Amino acid sequence: MTEFLQQLLNGISLGAIYALIALGYTMVYGVLRFINFAHSDVFMVGAFIGYYAGQHLPHGTIGGGLAAMAAAMVGCAILGIAIERFVYRPLRSSSTLNVLITAIGMSLFLEYTGQLVFGATPRAYPALFPSTIVSVHGLIISMNQVVVIVVAAILMVALQFAVFRTKIGTAMRAVALNPAAARLVGINIDVVISFTFGLGSALAAAGGVLYAINYPSIDPLMGVVPGLKAFIAAVLGGIGNIPGAALGALILGLVETFVDGSHWSTYKDAIAFAILIGILLFRPAGLLGRFTAEKV
Amino acid sequence: MPRPLAALLLAVLAAAGVSLFSGHIDPYYLDVLMGVGINVILAVSLNLVNGYTGQFSLGHAGFMSVGAYLSAWITLIEGPRILGASGGTAPEQAALFLCALVLGGLGAAAAGLVVGIPSLRLKGDYLALVTLGFGEIIRVIFQNIDSLGGALGLNGIPNYTTVFWVYSFAALTVFTVVCLVRSTYGRGFIATQDDEIASEAVGLNTTRYKIVAFVVGAFFAGVAGGLYGHFKLTITPDGFDFTKSIEIVVMVILGGMGNTTGVILAAILLTLLPEVLRAADQYRMIMYSVALIVLMLARPKGLFNFDYARLVRRLLGRARTAP
Repeated sequence: MTEFLQQLLNGISLGAIYALIALGYTMVYGVLRFINFAHSDVFMVGAFIGYYAGQHLPHGTIGGGLAAMAAAMVGCAILGIAIERFVYRPLRSSSTLNVLITAIGMSLFLEYTGQLVFGATPRAYPALFPSTIVSVHGLIISMNQVVVIVVAAILMVALQFAVFRTKIGTAMRAVALNPAAARLVGINIDVVISFTFGLGSALAAAGGVLYAINYPSIDPLMGVVPGLKAFIAAVLGGIGNIPGAALGALILGLVETFVDGSHWSTYKDAIAFAILIGILLFRPAGLLGRFTAEKV
Repeated sequence: MPRPLAALLLAVLAAAGVSLFSGHIDPYYLDVLMGVGINVILAVSLNLVNGYTGQFSLGHAGFMSVGAYLSAWITLIEGPRILGASGGTAPEQAALFLCALVLGGLGAAAAGLVVGIPSLRLKGDYLALVTLGFGEIIRVIFQNIDSLGGALGLNGIPNYTTVFWVYSFAALTVFTVVCLVRSTYGRGFIATQDDEIASEAVGLNTTRYKIVAFVVGAFFAGVAGGLYGHFKLTITPDGFDFTKSIEIVVMVILGGMGNTTGVILAAILLTLLPEVLRAADQYRMIMYSVALIVLMLARPKGLFNFDYARLVRRLLGRARTAP
């Protein structure tokens, strides 16, 4: 029973990180209808900004950790907006395939520029947050896990508020529903898209720092696998659907953690793809998504 | 004899000719030459799927690994049993190698069928992701098969690949793809790419076209994998990851999707470039990525996407009118 609860806790904290990344994928897909492959590398850059910021901040304190995370979020929001402005915006009217290829190109660019700038060797991540460990009836709860779950929950509630209760959030939903009609009622689409990229990238950066403190080594290719899995989580929940992304991420985090704890652990990386293939075949709109027929 | 068939025979004879003199060629150049040929096979076969049929696949390296492992298993593990302790004569080895390559290709084609039937119902981004996912699943499976070396891969694969094999199969790939696309049947690939709904409306079974393209592409990827394994002499699951697929995709895009000549030129260029720029190896992937982005922004139809026949005619015409 203790072991089960332990795995449950680990799964939830992994799922919370996936959720933060998945939200960026799902929001960008919502407004622009394309997979931002570079998102997973923005996540990586976030972890690195947190790493460098952490060197100038006191270690092992909640305040220092949150400050490093805030720096990463601001830095990545700027990066995300810049990527959209200079790379994706000129392509907005081209075919899906061209945008997809460009996104892959952008992703590779960030990864290999990262290898050049940060170095390809993995680095140990500083303990930004206090490394207290509490044991409750044999259940081991680390401070990092608590931070991950609490921060992710707060950010998701904040996002929900931003999307449903603010003016720009309403504009975002309008663009997602129908870009042409949104423009007709006077919404500046460019601003909305920039905002979406900024918001998504900031969440990915927070995810990057939280991932790095739990899996304490970072390298420029660290984003690839969590990024893919977060994307799968977004598809699982129904792409374009914000609560769906969180739900999908939680399910994926739990499934992966339990597979990892079983004797199938070597297949851990394949299970996410198996889920993706299954969901696309049987329920392409995702768990919470609505199926819409394609019009000719 | 029909012209394409004559061209194929000529290419095979030329490959055999070069192969006869391969002892006199510097081994380094020979290596580069074979690398170019293998990449031509990969790029031209992927072009059938990504270019002519318009289905964006990111799993070509996965099929390549199926062919590489299957053929290496035949020559390395089953080979000594078939050929006996002496290792067999040269013709026997060649026959075994040919069987291994073809079986490797068929294995990859079977994998292509298994992957293709469910995933080709999807489009665009989703198809790219699912093929990527399958590629990764294939890699994880190979990592977990202990009799194939697990994560360490297979070592000591016999050195069977020669210029003759590489270029004969490269010629066969180009021949198959060109003839397939230009045949009455093959027009369906291009129709599927141009407008899927319209093709269905006129009664083409687009799903079947997509699957045929996928299976044929996977077959040649498997053959290329077999050639690659018997050329590098060692294969690991990690050698066939996502990056390898991307490399092939870049060749197809750079060459111009659905343009075989352009894709061949791009495959040659992208194999030679890292050799020339060996000092700048750490910048290679950065250059790839920048090239992709700039290409999509400036020349979305590919760098080498010309109408070659017209180009040649125009050049000839100019030469004739010039005094």
